[in-house]
Amino acid sequence: MAAVRTSSEIGFNRIAIVAVLVVTIIFLAPIYWIASTAFKPRNLATTIPPTVVFQPEISPFVKLFAKRSQMRNPASPEEYAAAPWWERVVFDGGEKIVRDGKGQVQWSGYPSRFLNSLIVAITSTVLAVGMGTFTAYGFSRFKVKGEADLLFFILSTRMLPPVVVAIPMFLMYRAVGLNDTHVGLIILYTAFNLSFSVWLMKGFMDEIPKEYEEAALVDGYTRMEAFFRIVLPEAATGIAATAVFCFITAWNEYAFALIMTSRRAQTAPPFIPSQVGSGLPDWSVIAAGTFLFLLPVAIFTFLLRNHLLRGMSFGAIRK
Amino acid sequence: MATTMITTLDRSSRAAARGLSDISIRNLFIIPTVLFLIVFNIFPLIYSLGYSFTDFRASTNASANFVGLQNYRDLLNDPYVWSNFAITAKYVIISVAGQLLVGFGVAMLLNRDIPLKGLLTTLLLLPMMLSMAVVGLFWKLLYDPSFGIINYALGLGTFEWLSDPKMALYAVALTDIWMWSPFVMLLSLAGLSAVPKHLYEAAAIDRAGPFYTFFRITLPLVAPILMIAVIFRTMEAFKTFDLAYILTTQPTAELISIRLYKMAFQEWQTGRSCALAYIVLIMVLAITNIYVKYLNKVKER
Repeated sequence: MAAVRTSSEIGFNRIAIVAVLVVTIIFLAPIYWIASTAFKPRNLATTIPPTVVFQPEISPFVKLFAKRSQMRNPASPEEYAAAPWWERVVFDGGEKIVRDGKGQVQWSGYPSRFLNSLIVAITSTVLAVGMGTFTAYGFSRFKVKGEADLLFFILSTRMLPPVVVAIPMFLMYRAVGLNDTHVGLIILYTAFNLSFSVWLMKGFMDEIPKEYEEAALVDGYTRMEAFFRIVLPEAATGIAATAVFCFITAWNEYAFALIMTSRRAQTAPPFIPSQVGSGLPDWSVIAAGTFLFLLPVAIFTFLLRNHLLRGMSFGAIRK
Repeated sequence: MATTMITTLDRSSRAAARGLSDISIRNLFIIPTVLFLIVFNIFPLIYSLGYSFTDFRASTNASANFVGLQNYRDLLNDPYVWSNFAITAKYVIISVAGQLLVGFGVAMLLNRDIPLKGLLTTLLLLPMMLSMAVVGLFWKLLYDPSFGIINYALGLGTFEWLSDPKMALYAVALTDIWMWSPFVMLLSLAGLSAVPKHLYEAAAIDRAGPFYTFFRITLPLVAPILMIAVIFRTMEAFKTFDLAYILTTQPTAELISIRLYKMAFQEWQTGRSCALAYIVLIMVLAITNIYVKYLNKVKER
């Protein structure tokens, strides 16, 4: 191809490279904007024209984690002077606490929602990938009657719209007291991710040559030993990739969390948008919450980059 | 020969005898998963099938009365519900078509030697990995009529994206296109890189023009993988809830899942919402069926 390349082709190539750069900038602009807003003081978050150059601050993050509440005994200027710096940030630079003479700093709702998200996403990922790995091995190595139908059944449970499943689940959970509990949400996310994990892991299992275990069986291993000592280490990359995908799905999930949780077990996705609800939203604080929430996913996307195609197509396309 | 020998060894060797048999391992590995999915996915659906024939309301203590097919009859005669389906269809067509155009277009641009190609591709894929609910939230900031950067960048003044009834659905679709074009791009890139180079060389020797090359070589060879992307995105767009629910409250952008959510958890028409859920479910299963058939066909090649 290089030998027959004409000058117009080279010219087109240059145009294409410029176009790719422009497209990348347009695609990343929204993400950049939310990240930069997270470091703006409140009065610069919603200016016209938009503020692009500014002195970054961490005050939105402090406000994200703390909230002020009324206190009966007024705080004296001395008490303000003795207060730690993060409390002063929450009180708008300290002016108000002195003038109003009251207030107290507490944790906001954000850290507990973030923690809930971590608990639910990690636990359900471990369960879904654990069960999925065994099941995928079963489908990959043994003859299963009606295998295609069973696999279709497993996949179809993933394709159900969340609201459709949520209606009966809500009623059942209400009957057994699982609404607004971590366990309830973990079960739902495990069920949701299990089908994905079976499909993806089956692809990885199919790629491990059968001869490895057969050699081990000849050497006197039992099937179980061969599975744990030969197959699992070979499948490690696949298991890790599947786990990251399951984690991201559970981490991002919104509809189930909105319906099934309200406070105690509420995760970050339904919580973050609910902050916009009342009055004039403080966009820099919302952006800070969004930024922290999206950061793990962005990091995982880079770690996963070679497996994205496979994961996003349910293991249908391998490369 | 070798295989038969190993199989015999496998069955009768002492090692196999002291461990679990293959059949019990198979059952041990597969049955719990299938049971788990039946209990937590299929059983609830049977439960809601029962409720779909009743006038049950989860907000009251009144017991459910059997009403037969009344809920289904009412829903299918309800112009409101039909308009929700029409809105959903429009949304699916706009957003999937947009994703196909943008995603495939960017893949065509990327399919050449570009410095830092891997990094650029990964960066472009970022939007589809993010939470739809949170994406919806921050696009609200971008769409804001007075201080949003979209209006500022495009010089649109105080254009209403989300509170204009005519615009709201397009705004949701635009966000969806931003988020999911990378998915189509990812699949297209895989398809494009699998087109054998010698076909292009042959076309160049035959002095085929770029259009001829595109329509006779590139497109037919990438089509199967594009089809996977289209079916998959159609299914997902049909189910869209988070994005539209967070971005706008306009009735003109009320997708069927939002209608279902409101019916079930705001109006508490539990029985009727179960019936609507079943209508939606059957549609999704039909698309899933097409998808899986197609996947298997592509896999065989």
